[in-house]
Amino acid sequence: MTGPTPLVTAQDPGSRSAQLRRRLATGDLGSLPVVVVLVVVWVVFQALSPTFLSADNLVNLVQQSAATGVIALGVVLTLLLGQIDLSVGAVSGMAAATVAVGSVRLGWPLWLAVLVALAAGALVGLLYGAVHTRLRVPSFVFTLAGLLVVTGLQLRVLGAQGSVNLPFQAWLVRFCQTAFLDPALSWAIAGAVVVLYGAARLRDRARRVAAELSAPSLGSVGLRVGALAVLLAVTIAYLGTDRGVGAMFALFVGLVALTDLALRRTRWGRSVRAVGGDAEAARRAGVPVRRVLVSAFVACSTLAALGGVLAAGRLAAANQATGAPEVALTAIAAAVIGGTSMYGGRGSAWSALLGILVIQSVSTGLTLLNQDQAVRLVVTGLVLGVAVVVDGLQRRARES
Amino acid sequence: MSRTPVVSLRGVSRSFGAARALVGIDLDVHAHEVVAVVGDTGAGKSSLVGVLSGALAPDEGQVLVDGAAVSLTDPAAARALGIAAVFQDLALCANLDVVENLFLGQETVRGGLLDEVAMEKEAWRLLGGLAARVPSVRMPVAALSGAQRRSVAIARVLLGEPRVVLLDEPTASLGLTQVAEFLTLVERLRERGHAVLITSHSLSDLQAVADRIVVLRLGRTNGEFDADKASYEDLLAAMTGVPR
Repeated sequence: MTGPTPLVTAQDPGSRSAQLRRRLATGDLGSLPVVVVLVVVWVVFQALSPTFLSADNLVNLVQQSAATGVIALGVVLTLLLGQIDLSVGAVSGMAAATVAVGSVRLGWPLWLAVLVALAAGALVGLLYGAVHTRLRVPSFVFTLAGLLVVTGLQLRVLGAQGSVNLPFQAWLVRFCQTAFLDPALSWAIAGAVVVLYGAARLRDRARRVAAELSAPSLGSVGLRVGALAVLLAVTIAYLGTDRGVGAMFALFVGLVALTDLALRRTRWGRSVRAVGGDAEAARRAGVPVRRVLVSAFVACSTLAALGGVLAAGRLAAANQATGAPEVALTAIAAAVIGGTSMYGGRGSAWSALLGILVIQSVSTGLTLLNQDQAVRLVVTGLVLGVAVVVDGLQRRARES
Repeated sequence: MSRTPVVSLRGVSRSFGAARALVGIDLDVHAHEVVAVVGDTGAGKSSLVGVLSGALAPDEGQVLVDGAAVSLTDPAAARALGIAAVFQDLALCANLDVVENLFLGQETVRGGLLDEVAMEKEAWRLLGGLAARVPSVRMPVAALSGAQRRSVAIARVLLGEPRVVLLDEPTASLGLTQVAEFLTLVERLRERGHAVLITSHSLSDLQAVADRIVVLRLGRTNGEFDADKASYEDLLAAMTGVPR
């Protein structure tokens, strides 16, 4: 054996730009394009409205994006499998109604109501998974059926009044509305994340060197760790000039990071991408395809329910409009705008965060400019349209 | 041969609707043996590999491993018994990279997380052993050539040190040099003690390497030949059903 080194050809610097163009065309650049879009959106709105990038507005913006962002995270999981769950909005609405009615009207302890809501979400996902894997019905259709059924259940749970308020002193409401991480805690978490990330990178590099595999230079490791440190520090410091990092937003980012780890570094995550890329090939490679599909549907519905619980907490109420169709559409749009392909097998947990930030930024920016919902819907729709077209073009580029 | 075959089929039949892909097939494959299954397109070769690999459930008949009847409910069950297949369409996930494809369904785990370093090192070793030229093991399979993909698929099969290796139409898309390299590889598998079953619709490729040649025709066994003694005309007659 000659070893890996001679087979890996050094990058020809002359072809760098051509290579970049190819990676851009095929979508191999990952999250970079959507980060660029987000920066452009921020710069444009800041130019039009000087308060857009104020700490106060950004704190509101990220808090506002958390609930739907959690739903979008679930949507990413189904999209990665080449499936879709159209009922995530309805499930979130039902979860919100369950929490409000359970804790206020039925007098359950709040934690129990939250648990029941999440369990109901998981049950819906289990049903979807069973229907899809046993009967092979396209998820597009039966989750649409589920949307109607679950919306009906939501209305029935809410009862004749159609709206239930949560008391403002409830921990869920305080967590979603007024809980911000103590600055010391924010910095401690950020410090721990940077140290752990850096240590993991360095250990990984050391093992690669020991195994005689191509390893990143110490400089590039340092650059990555440094970039993460700067990003976290700037975010915490800037949001800290206002109220700080919202607990709900921190929970959302934490969930995204955990999901990202699960998708990239566990057997389950590998199976998800394999099934999304080619279910039959994955099956023949010994991947338990049915179990993977069911697990993703369950995770999606449970995250949708959690998003609904957070939405109820943020609004301090659950009503018939909680989880309206717009919520599901926004969550799905966020996942796609964030860079997760509709065709399965490609995408990242971070696309939920980036996508929802783009949508929420557009929405908040237009509100600051005194534009009404009509304009917001049109602009968001156009952004989604562009994202879907780009996704389709990248797929064609990969296949050619 | 008096030894117990590693894997056998007894009276295996399989239909797709009205089409009878396999009818009462009996077949034995021993260790240190290369069995070629030849037949015209539609003779049932891929179905045979499907049944042996657990990808296809037989309607009737039994699969025996070491003389004992087993139930191959899925490919994972077959692989647990030491039977691994390279399918005609290779069954690779184009969106995953080479390492991810090699270890799909049998990833190396370290502390609950995937051990990418160990897998990547093993991937280079395997591909090196096959003299396979792949520009990078971190490249999505979609970006590889047909021959490179086949190398990846074969390397994947060898990963679990299977006792039985099934190769469905392995030479179909290979050039002349690559066929020669491939046949050397098959001989190496036999030397290492694997039982090898290769299907092909082309006689010339396999006669050089096979110990035994089984001819399939319209889903039935239509003759079994000692590879050293069978004449081209005998085989062709068995394949096409035209009397000499």
